[in-house]
Formats: sequence, C-alpha cells, structure tokens
Amino acid sequence: MPQTSPRPPRRAAILGGNRIPFARAQGAYAKASNQDLLTATLDGLVARFGLAGERMGEVAAGAVLKHSRDFNLTRECVLGSRLDPHTPAYDVQQACGTGLEAAILVSNKIALGQIECGVAGGTDTASDAPIAVSEGLRETLLELNRAKSLPDRLKALTGLRPGDVLPAIPQNVEPRTGLSMGEHMALTTTEWGITRQEQDELAAASHQHLAAAYERGFFDDLVTPYLGLTRDDNLRADSTVEKLATLKTVFGKGDGATMTAGNSTPLTDGASAVLLASDEWATAHGLTPLAWLVDAETAAVDYVHGAEGLLMAPAYAVPRLLARNGLTLQDFDLYEIHEAFAATVLTVLKAWDDPTYCRERLGLDAPLGSIDRGRINVTGSSLATGHPFAATGGRIVATLAKLLHEQKQQDPERTVRGLISICAAGGQGVTAILEA
Amino acid sequence: MTDLLTTIITSPVAKKAGVPQPTPLRRYEPGAPVCEGPVLVTGTGPYAAQLREWAGQLGLGLAVAPVEGAGTADPTAGATSLNAPNEKVGAIVVDLSDATDPGDLAVLRTVAPSVKRLRPNGRVVVVGTDPAGLSDPAHVATQRALEGFVRSLGKELRAGATANHVLVRGEAWDGLRSAVEFFLSGRSAYVDGQVVRVNDAGGANSDILRPLEGKVALVTGAARGIGAEIAAVLARDGATIVAVDVPAAGESLARVANEIRGTALHLDVTSPDAGARMLEHTRSRYGRLDIVVHNAGITRDKLFVNMDESRWDSVLQVNLRSILRMNEAILRDDGLGEGGRMVCLASIAGIAGNRGQTNYGASKAGVIGLVTSTAAQVRDRGITVNAVAPGFIETDMTARIPFATREIGRRMNSLQQGGLPRDVAEAIAWLVQPGAAAVTGQVVRVCGQSLLGA
Repeated sequence: MPQTSPRPPRRAAILGGNRIPFARAQGAYAKASNQDLLTATLDGLVARFGLAGERMGEVAAGAVLKHSRDFNLTRECVLGSRLDPHTPAYDVQQACGTGLEAAILVSNKIALGQIECGVAGGTDTASDAPIAVSEGLRETLLELNRAKSLPDRLKALTGLRPGDVLPAIPQNVEPRTGLSMGEHMALTTTEWGITRQEQDELAAASHQHLAAAYERGFFDDLVTPYLGLTRDDNLRADSTVEKLATLKTVFGKGDGATMTAGNSTPLTDGASAVLLASDEWATAHGLTPLAWLVDAETAAVDYVHGAEGLLMAPAYAVPRLLARNGLTLQDFDLYEIHEAFAATVLTVLKAWDDPTYCRERLGLDAPLGSIDRGRINVTGSSLATGHPFAATGGRIVATLAKLLHEQKQQDPERTVRGLISICAAGGQGVTAILEA
Repeated sequence: MTDLLTTIITSPVAKKAGVPQPTPLRRYEPGAPVCEGPVLVTGTGPYAAQLREWAGQLGLGLAVAPVEGAGTADPTAGATSLNAPNEKVGAIVVDLSDATDPGDLAVLRTVAPSVKRLRPNGRVVVVGTDPAGLSDPAHVATQRALEGFVRSLGKELRAGATANHVLVRGEAWDGLRSAVEFFLSGRSAYVDGQVVRVNDAGGANSDILRPLEGKVALVTGAARGIGAEIAAVLARDGATIVAVDVPAAGESLARVANEIRGTALHLDVTSPDAGARMLEHTRSRYGRLDIVVHNAGITRDKLFVNMDESRWDSVLQVNLRSILRMNEAILRDDGLGEGGRMVCLASIAGIAGNRGQTNYGASKAGVIGLVTSTAAQVRDRGITVNAVAPGFIETDMTARIPFATREIGRRMNSLQQGGLPRDVAEAIAWLVQPGAAAVTGQVVRVCGQSLLGA
C-alpha cells in the first residue's frame, strides 16, 4: 500500500474575536465563575459570526486560577454555549500565555489540515478564586478515607493540628522563589534602571489609547457587554502622568522603588475568544479573514538559578522567531507587548536595544535595535484593560488582527505585519507573528 | 409585568363584581386552520365566488346565511346553513367592491343575523373598491361609506371578534387573498377597524408553513421588546435574521440572535455608515438582503414647553433621520432587490398625537410620510414599503406607566386589552411575505381599534 503523502501546510486565518469587558476583581463579575465568563464570551462570538448549532473543529481555552471542579472547563463551556454539542474542546494552561498558546495550537491544527475551524480562548476570575483546604487537613482527610476501622479513623484525626483548619488561598507567588510577580519585576526594573517617569508615561498612554479606541467604536465588534458592564472598568480615560506620579509604590524596596498600582496591572476578571479557520472555511461562511497567524515561538528562562528576570523570556523568543522568518525587529507595522507591568515592556525594549545583552544573553552579533514607540500597543493594553491572565492572549490576537486589517485596507498591496509578545509566570514567554 | 392591582382587577372576584374581562385572543399557530369555520362569503362583488372557492380550498367550511322564513333549499353542497338553531359562524366576508349607489349598501343589513352568530374571536372582512381611484360622487360616497360601517361594526363586536376592510384597486386578486387571509387569521389578533389597500401586483407564498423560507431579514432594535419578537417571528416563518442593536445592548442581542440562529450586528443606527455596514454584513454573510424592518426607536418624553434640545434631537435622529439615511444605502440599486420588503415602526402617537410626546409624535408621523413616499419611489422595482403603528402593547416600557393610566390605555380599545409584542411582529411578518406584494405604502395599526386616532 502506498504511504499517505503529507498535506502541505496552509495558513490559519483569524476571522475575529469576542470578549466581555474586563472587570476589576471583586467588581461587576464578583459572583461569576470562570465557566460563566467563558460561556458568555463564546455565546457572544457565536452571535457575531452566526455559529449557533455549528460544529467547530475544536475549542481550546483555559484558566490560570482554576477550581478542581473545572477539570474540563472548556468542554463544559461548549456544552453550555450555543455551539453544536458535538464540538470537542480541551483545556490549556500556560499561565498568562494561555490565550495566545491556545490560538497557536488551534492555528497549527488548521495549518496541518486536521481541522477547518476552531475557537481559542481563555478566562480568569480573581474574584471567584478557588480556595483549598490546608495541606495538613487534606492529608488528614485522605488518611481518614483510607482508614478501615473506627480506631484507625480516630488515629487519623489525631494528626490534625489547629492551624490545619485555615484555608489555603491562591497567591500570585512563584513557588520556587516565594516572590510575587511584582517583586520579581521590581528586581528586573532596578537592574535595568527603568525610571518611574518612563513607566508612568507608558501607563498613561495605555489608558489614553484604549479610551480613544472605544470612542471611535473600534471595540464595537470585539466586545460584547456582560452583566451590565459595557467597557473595561479599569480604564481611566483621564489618566495622566501627573496623576500617576502621586501614587505610592507597591513593589520594590526603599527610595529606589518605582512600581505603583498605576503602572502595574490589577487583578481582573474576564474572558476572550478568537475565531480561527482555513481560508476555505472562511469563504464558505461568508467571512473575511482579518489576518493570518503565520508563526509563533515560546521561550523559557531559568529565573531560579540563571540570574535572568522572571518576565524576560519574550526577549529570547523574539530573536529566534525573527531569524526563522528572515525578519528584523523593525519589519513590523504594529507591536503588541503585553503590559504585565509598564516596566516589563520597557525592560524588554531596552534589552533588544542593548549590544551587550543581545550578544551575551541572546547570542546575537548585533542588537535587535529599537522600535518606533508609536507602533506599540496602539489601542492600549493590559495596564488599561486589566489582565485576566488567560484572557489576555485572545484579547491581543483579536485586537491586533483587526488593527492589521484596518491598515491593510489603507494599503492593499503591502503585507502588513504585527508582533505579539506575552510574558508568563514560571519564566516563560509566548510570541507570535500575524500578517494581513 | 403583572402587579397586585392588575391581579385584583383580573381576578374572578372582579369579574363577578362586573369589571369587564378581556377575551383571550386567538393568535396564529403555524399549521393550524386560518380561522374557525364555517366562513360565510357573501355580497354582490366579483370576488365573492373566488373567495368562496379559496376558503373551501383552505378547508374552512362554508356557511349559508340564514334567510327569513326558514326551510330554503341549500344552494351550496356541504355548506352549513345558519338557519339551524345554535349554528355559529367563524368569519364573514362581504364583497361589495361593485357597489356604486348608497342603495347597494342594503346588502350589509342581510349579514346582521349572521353577525349575531359570530363565534368568539370571529372575523368580519368587508371588501370594497379604493375610492381614491374613483370619480363619480355617488360611487365614491358608496365605497367610502363601507369604511364608516366597518369602523363602527368593529366597535360593536365583542369577545375578541374584529372587523376590517380591504380596498382593491385593479385586478387585485392576489393582494385581496393575502389581505383576507391575514384578517381572518390569528396574525391579525390585535388588528381591528383597519383599512388596507391592495393593488394589482401579483405574488404568492410558495411555502405555507414557512412563507419567508430562504429570505434574509434585518431587524433593527432587535435586542429586546418588540424588536426581539419581530426577529423571532420572522425566523419562525423561515427567514434568516440579522439582529441589529447598539453595542451596549450586545448581551441581550447575542441571546436573541443565538436563539434563532441568526447573527448579531452591533451598530448604532444613527452612525453615518450604518446602512452601508448593514448591507456589507448581509451581503458578505448571506449574499443577499430581502427584508428590512426599521424598528429601532426611543422615547424621551417631556411636555413641549419643557423639551430640551437633546430630547428633541435624539428622538428625531434615532426614529426618523436614521431611517432616511440608512435607506440611501439600502435602497441603492445594489441594495434591496426585486421582491424586497421594508417595514417601518410608526406609532399611534404619530397618528393621534400624545401628550408629552411632541418629539416622538413628530418623528413617528414623519415615518408615515417617509413610508408613503418611499413606497411610491420603489414600486417599479417590486419593493414594498409599509408602516406598522402599534397601540398599547404590553412591554417593559408600558409596564412602567402608573396603574390607572396604564389600565385606561390598555382598555380604551375595541378589544378591551393591551396587545402583545407578538401581535406587532405578526402584522410585520405578513407584510414581508412574498404573497403581500400588492400591499405597499400602507399604515397598519396594531391597536385593537384604539379610541385614539383614526
């Protein structure tokens, strides 16, 4: 029998996206679960694209803060949505890279011809966070379960200590260092000498850009209101450098501390979803691709022993991605660099422009160089929208795809290109190239 | 929607105390008979025989009018004689389109014994000739007299029964059949004392259960209330729906669109490119646009002397200007095509006026003007444009009216009750049928023959 010949890869189109407005934790979505948020987001996507009853190739999504009951979160959301229940689904979890990684997974299956269409997404709620029993109580309960006789059961219970009854609340802390993400970032910020002024400027710009985008109706086909919220409620349209300068620092130590609640992202609730498909599926459904996801690269750094900053992995991923595609850092019309903290964006930009860092850490002959700041996060990013961990990737992919499509319409002859860079907990970084 | 006071006055105790209780109206069910039989078709006009044949085809059963001095031979085989005691009639259709002299109107009096035997939710439909096409004063007067008769009879009928009037112009059989079917059916449950003109355009529904099969319909203001109901009813009748509403209403819009497997299009009808974006969306997703329902509207009530600029402007912008602007795109040559249908939501306030609604009344009267003139402009292209003017409809908006005012509004009509959003939707669903090609430039009131207005 002849061997089946491999199909040539094709490009995966981004047809659009939908998200709910992001809400600061303990706010509008305080009582909504991850399943509520993601189901509402999927249904909003279904309505925009007329997908009710449609069987999709797959839905890949996830959450970072997850209850044990949500072991099959995405599939449960699909079953609760208007999609055809014959649509398979699976959960993805790569910290803040979850949403983008999900989009990469779906687009790769489309590129390989394994599926024709799919939805990638993510959701997170810091409000409806899982609370676990302490390790001591958990061990006691398991022991109790194994015990067969009454004396054994009583013996198991004697192992319980008063402190064990306190619940374990999830913390934004790296398990291997015990430092919070903000504290990690503060170390990197100091190392690179990023000033308070620079960070506040970037934060103010994020708010102003997001507000302007809402004003021009940019998000009309990207956001569906939820539970009475019509815009991201972290947005401060009147944010200025002067106002941000009055805030107290929250991360870092002493006079050298520069990071405030204004130039760091707040805990946020929200969800996002992106519709991806082959060109053929798009045509058959009367949908116009906004852009194509052409390549992606994920890197990880050893922030535990390797003296590298926790959020510096994208600095490594991007040069590898550029080299593989024969591009320079300047070959992009737009850049979406996730604003975990204002300093995260500023550090990575400085790193790419630093000859010593590029040579010694990234192994490059020459620095990647600088980027036109007017092309970065042009409709605002996480500092303004907020950052529901797993939902950020989907927000960025759909936003950038629409921005590229707008630019393409101005100049149909030219390939318009965008770069996404998202840092994630555990010293990871997910990056991707979109083209229109 | 029901509060304590409403519960009390509709309770059995209130009924015993003599508070008039409204009859539950018979509403359209796909697949059910058009109306209860038998149907008495009478009159001297040329359509009577055709109507009788058509009613027979629908399986409604025919009736023969009771005659003074019973025992007369039954002229129609299988017909029910109303001479028999306790025999009821479901509907009466009288064709007097040939009447030229006031003396010819005496035929109406022969129908009286049958009207007495009309079932609850029964129907009276009188067919006349459109006086606008006549010139002889006696002829015009005779035909015009029918309208006064119908409107008065509507006020006399009880128990959910209605009287309506169809005026024909030219060889209008297709249009007449469509209008008579509408008035006999539960689709017209809350339409009473109305006059509809039909012209000689031909058209028929190919699928009785799903007359809008294959059509793409766009409904503005579809996120809630009457708009959501219009979307649901058009979808039930077979249309694919593009549900439009402002981005802020997106959550409920998504629910409406998903329920009927349509698409949600988030846009503000007042934005300059609204019409172009609607066309672009329907054309790219479905390759066509057949039906447009301009339903989006707002109220910003205030007495005229206290009316500020923003109340005035926003109501006129949303309710009137936006339609004019969207139509520039929708009615372009590459927009609504042959067989296209457009319905605009007018209001009783645009006909009779309403205290505190000078802005709203102006905008809705404007809509009526827009409809009649646009209908004339696009008639050659096979496109119809009509208005539906709701009276008191039970919605979240009317539920907020104070009890006494609301109860008066609700009962001040021949059917002694408020209508449902579905009643408005059913009238629209009829106007956009392929079979309703002969109905254009009309204003159909869905008001239970409200005492307000004509």
